Amino acid sequence: MSLSTEVREYSGVTIVDMTGRITLGEESGHVRDTVRGLLDGGATKIVLNLAGVTYIDSSGLGELVSAYTTSRNQGCEIKLLNVQAKVQDLLQITKLHTVFHCLTDETEAVTSF
Amino acid sequence: MTDCRKLRLSLESTVDSIDAAELIVQRLAELNGFNEDQVHQIGMGVRETVANAVKHGNAFNLAKRVSFDAAVDEAAFEVTVTDQGAGFEPEDVADPCEGDNLLRASGRGLLMMKAFFDEVEVGRCAGTGTRVRLVKYCAKGAS
Repeated sequence: MSLSTEVREYSGVTIVDMTGRITLGEESGHVRDTVRGLLDGGATKIVLNLAGVTYIDSSGLGELVSAYTTSRNQGCEIKLLNVQAKVQDLLQITKLHTVFHCLTDETEAVTSF
Repeated sequence: MTDCRKLRLSLESTVDSIDAAELIVQRLAELNGFNEDQVHQIGMGVRETVANAVKHGNAFNLAKRVSFDAAVDEAAFEVTVTDQGAGFEPEDVADPCEGDNLLRASGRGLLMMKAFFDEVEVGRCAGTGTRVRLVKYCAKGAS
């Protein structure tokens, strides 16, 4: 299952709804291209909604970390929304839960910036 | 060993091979009674191993192959993945959970293998390349 993304704006926050897998290859590239496009467009608050993402491998995690660091270096903040159980397990295993701010409510996510 | 299943493949050094290996071991695990979580863990650990072989070992070189052996019996699910790359020393791999390494884009594959399998052995081949052996001991159907 490939990755699809839809971008929308909500109260000044850019929300990226993601569905599918984030794995080595085109899917990771899709995440990179999407975030770069948003940064080029001037986004400063990004929420990656992972409600539809049930699978991420180490390359996908690496891409999320790259998105986080690249954004931070450009004055943009990225947060994660609706991280699914198996992905949450990976964040714990890799201790990336200490890096990413993960939320479960969209309104809360938007107002958390 | 009445339900033993064995599989040997020679894979191209491509992303498609990573996907294929993952699907094959997941199916093998399903057919041999492993539960959904175990199937997921076996698939993910194998995915990381084959991805390392394809990406870091063989560097996507189509002239190089990845050897893949899987065997299941009553006691364990065992996988051995061998590449034809330059090899590496596992102790040289930085801890991805330590300090600034947390913000590195790569280096988490070995950690994930160890998280999902009970035994992970990394060794050099006699000629060139790296051999990784994964073993998962678990009661089938257990949570």
